[in-house]
Amino acid sequence: MSDASKEWPLWEVFVRGKGGLSHRHVGSVHAADAKMALEHARDTYTRRMEGVSLWVLPSAQITSSDPGDAGALFEPAEDKVYRHPTFYKIPDGITHI
Amino acid sequence: MYTTDLSGKGKGKAEKAVAEDPALVAAFEARVASDEFIEPKDWMPEAYRKTLVRQMSQHAHSEIVGMLPEGNWITRAPNLRRKAILLAKVQDEAGHGLYLYSAAETLGTSRDEMTEALLSGKAKYSTIFNYPTLTWADIGAIGWLVDGAAIMNQVPLQRTSYGPYARAMVRICKEESFHQRQGYEIMMHLADGTDAQKRMAQDALNRWWWPSLMMFGPPDDKSPNTEQSMRWRIKRDTNDELRQKFVDITVPQAEAIGLTVPDDKLVWNEERGAYDFGEVDWEEFYAVVKGEGPVAKERMQARVKAWEDGEWVRDAARVHAEKRAAAKLAAE
Repeated sequence: MSDASKEWPLWEVFVRGKGGLSHRHVGSVHAADAKMALEHARDTYTRRMEGVSLWVLPSAQITSSDPGDAGALFEPAEDKVYRHPTFYKIPDGITHI
Repeated sequence: MYTTDLSGKGKGKAEKAVAEDPALVAAFEARVASDEFIEPKDWMPEAYRKTLVRQMSQHAHSEIVGMLPEGNWITRAPNLRRKAILLAKVQDEAGHGLYLYSAAETLGTSRDEMTEALLSGKAKYSTIFNYPTLTWADIGAIGWLVDGAAIMNQVPLQRTSYGPYARAMVRICKEESFHQRQGYEIMMHLADGTDAQKRMAQDALNRWWWPSLMMFGPPDDKSPNTEQSMRWRIKRDTNDELRQKFVDITVPQAEAIGLTVPDDKLVWNEERGAYDFGEVDWEEFYAVVKGEGPVAKERMQARVKAWEDGEWVRDAARVHAEKRAAAKLAAE
């Protein structure tokens, strides 16, 4: 751990709202270790039955895409309209398709 | 993403020295003008980042300092129901402070830097918390008026241009409504009680009314940052607009429980469809901003004491975690 900061590391918090839903990012907490991060996440983000399960992971472990690359990464999908069902013209009489 | 990118901080400082690329600024302004959200890693003007850090950390500090006047009454709540409610409310305020610190950290300012700014007196917090809570009715008045004014300020911020701030505000607004209702309920019961209880409620309203109106900040013609902040969608309504809205909503609530708003200039203006009301004592406001509030020193002393007394706990937990991590590594 770095000497520069005595801060407890930052952890990202994900909550599963209820069974059947995926975990969703809700914010972050500072904690000395994973167990404490779960406790802090519980106190901070689930005071009103917002969840049935928690994930925490060190913020430093997240790799994210660069907003500057958003065009190169996501725009190519724009001209691939044939990936959507609405691209195909089906005559009115045809059903269940 | 709520990830603190401290590595970007040095870069940010370097960028400040050089002029910002006009094309980037123009693109940013256009995004904000079309109500798009700005996210942590997006390019943003340094002044936007600085304004946000100031506003969000100030907001977070207010939540944290705001626990003190109410915490003052937890042990003396009149019954178990009230005590449980007050405990939950004060815990919520801590939570709100944490959501906001967490959101502000995404701009590259560390939690310790923000704490340091508060404790050294460099950062401000809402002036309202520099007034003392003298009676139990003050807990009612705070929930009803102070949280009411906070809601008025915060609801438009759910659409503020910075994504993490807007998301924190959505969560906060959901929880704030309980705060206001429990406060009004306290006032309602006191106003419906004995003469002494009714006097206590009226006295609390008398003392908290004007400081609550001050919570919306200086009048529009004396609020130099408003225009820029509105253009950047950091702020969505002016101080005076929100103050007027608060008065219009709150006066009938006071009347409904037989309390009198302490303003002899208060009168319904049929033409405007709004209340005309007296002038806020702005000298008092600026004095309290400067730290001359009745209990400003006490508030800061309490925060400094909590920070210093907690230091060994923070250190011990950190060292313990480091030792366990090292032992685990050795065992593998």
